[in-house]
Amino acid sequence: MRGISKMDILRFATAGSVDDGKSTLIGRLLYDTKTVFSDQIDAVERVSREHGDEHVNLALLTDGLRAEREQGITIDVAYRYFATPKRKFIIADTPGHVQYTRNMVTGASTADLALVLVDARKGVLEQSRRHAFLATLLQVPHIVLCVNKMDLVDYSQEVYDEINADFTAFAAKLRVPDLTIIPMSALAGDNVVTRSTNMPWYEGGSLLHHLESVHVASDRNLIDVRFPVQYVIRPQSDDWHDYRGYAGQVAGGVLRKGDEVMVLPSGFTSRIKSVETADGEVDEAFPPMSVTVRLEDDIDVSRGDMICRPTNMPTASQDIDAMVCWMDETAPLRVGGKYHIKHTTRTARTIVKGLSYRLDVNTLHRDEEAQTLGLNDIGRIQLRTTQPLMCDAYGRNRTTGGFILVDEATNRTVAAGMISEPAM
Amino acid sequence: MNTSTGPDYQLSQLDILESEAIHIMREVVSEFEQPVLLFSGGKDSIVMLRLAQKAFFPARIPFPVLHVDTGHNFEEVLAFRDKRVKELSLQLIVASVQEAVDNGRVCLPPDGTRNRVQTPVLLEALDKHQFTAIFGGARRDEDKARAKERIFSFRDDFGQWDPKNQRPEIWNLYNSRIHAGESIRVFPLSNWTELDIWHYIKREQIELPSIYYAHERDVFERQGMLYAVHEHKAPKPHEQVFRAKVRYRTVGDASLTAAVLSDADTIDKVIADVASTRITERGATRGDDKFSEAAMEDRKREGYF
Repeated sequence: MRGISKMDILRFATAGSVDDGKSTLIGRLLYDTKTVFSDQIDAVERVSREHGDEHVNLALLTDGLRAEREQGITIDVAYRYFATPKRKFIIADTPGHVQYTRNMVTGASTADLALVLVDARKGVLEQSRRHAFLATLLQVPHIVLCVNKMDLVDYSQEVYDEINADFTAFAAKLRVPDLTIIPMSALAGDNVVTRSTNMPWYEGGSLLHHLESVHVASDRNLIDVRFPVQYVIRPQSDDWHDYRGYAGQVAGGVLRKGDEVMVLPSGFTSRIKSVETADGEVDEAFPPMSVTVRLEDDIDVSRGDMICRPTNMPTASQDIDAMVCWMDETAPLRVGGKYHIKHTTRTARTIVKGLSYRLDVNTLHRDEEAQTLGLNDIGRIQLRTTQPLMCDAYGRNRTTGGFILVDEATNRTVAAGMISEPAM
Repeated sequence: MNTSTGPDYQLSQLDILESEAIHIMREVVSEFEQPVLLFSGGKDSIVMLRLAQKAFFPARIPFPVLHVDTGHNFEEVLAFRDKRVKELSLQLIVASVQEAVDNGRVCLPPDGTRNRVQTPVLLEALDKHQFTAIFGGARRDEDKARAKERIFSFRDDFGQWDPKNQRPEIWNLYNSRIHAGESIRVFPLSNWTELDIWHYIKREQIELPSIYYAHERDVFERQGMLYAVHEHKAPKPHEQVFRAKVRYRTVGDASLTAAVLSDADTIDKVIADVASTRITERGATRGDDKFSEAAMEDRKREGYF
């Protein structure tokens, strides 16, 4: 067993409804990795008996709030945790009901991997395509298609092959960077944690094996140095009275002592005097490390500024073109509407200048006649901001390419935005 | 951060969790005028203080700490609280449940337990000091209500949590905009598990109140749980008192928090114990969450953490 100091974290999102067997799958992962405690199992066994279920209903392990049980709906993203000797896993478990887009965007925003479920009896449905589309929109680097309920189609290779071909063709249109397809039965436990003997024709590993071994470190952008200044540390004490450090979380690239850097939007240049943490200086800082950067020169740097290399800068712009997912049920997006925009550590005000189209997430059809975006709608918009934002395309960097819009009157978070590739 | 970096620029899970928590704390201090950290002397709040030290180093922790004191404390925990406050030159605010009871501002329930009356006392203290952002040490692995709560948890002007009206939380962009009277509870340890906390305590060599480690104590059994004989928790005549080697997994109100039988008197033994335990932290030790399936959910709606 590896020591904890060598374990990393894999964050993955799951989407789907109870019908796909999603809750059973998560229950199976938690149960078979011995994450579930005996008092939780006792409770699930008791409820299963009361319901007259034949098997212990593993789906109940992910049962939610009383408000949800009473109304028979799933309200929100639930975060669940398990670990194996190889990795710690954080699951963002998103429901498949009405607010699925908002919830899935939330869950997928930080995910390294997305699980998309299909029922082997039903094949690739509209819902599976939607989930795959949202995962690629949010640039989740790895997608796993779980072809579930194989026990109900007699573990048929033919059924699997058909679904595989169907989904692979669809995924090619979305340009999914890494796709893995696994036949399984969450209920029977086939290919979830251990390899199944029921499908000798399948040559790949189990889902858990894939989750444990998929390589995610290289998904981070280690090329473009991006350090959004979050907080300026200036100790009010005699020991440190000349100290001035720029604290933040590295959003891209690798920062090293001695590097020549530029601060945006001012354009001043300096060199990195040191990269520090409370435990001392570090040789290198890379995403997602929280560090403090000190510069050789005494230049004016404050929260919201971006430290980068003079030879590799983000675009500083007040005009933003982006895909947005609208998340507010109380008011739609409208052209001319004004909002707060939060992008990295900078907050500005913004006005919606245009709506190019609304995207139908089922057909990928672009409706250019659309006038507004309502809850769960996705569309392409143009914004004008009161201050320049230091942006990269979302496809290049998920941190410097993402933003949220906040309603000025209600303070609700109304949209998640992904900055487009610059026009050529 | 003890950067255990590999050649492929990979951080360990503790480094990732630490970095995330530090980012959250810096974000709060940047965007709120009056943050406060809830400090009980329990292990999670002790870990939060270490993270706060790191987030603002070499400056001091730039906010006060608040303890909602039920009056039913383990003396070791109270002593530890005061020691830590002094070491870090923190400003400690104590919101006393006893004082609120004495002044008639809150009424104790018939059974005399004080968990539920913590909430009005907490809300009163937040209001009095005008705190708008309140750091709490809650983790999502603790309870199913917590599993669905945001890192920045919006509370209305009654401090209430509405699970159906949570702000979406995308990437690491936290929405800190609130109206007067509203507040945000902030949970930097959301993604930590009980085991992560213990591994971090070990790595950082963090000192804890002694009762987290196995020690001998007079206890009695009630509803399957072991309670220490304490001035606020006396056994009933039929309940037999015996001496046992126990430790605490959580250290809340002394009249509600149970001990577990354990030989784990060192950090390594505690980690082995936690890694192999088959009962949830709250299930094993908290009388307050046993009352109903949705006990935590109900208390959060009232303004609890």
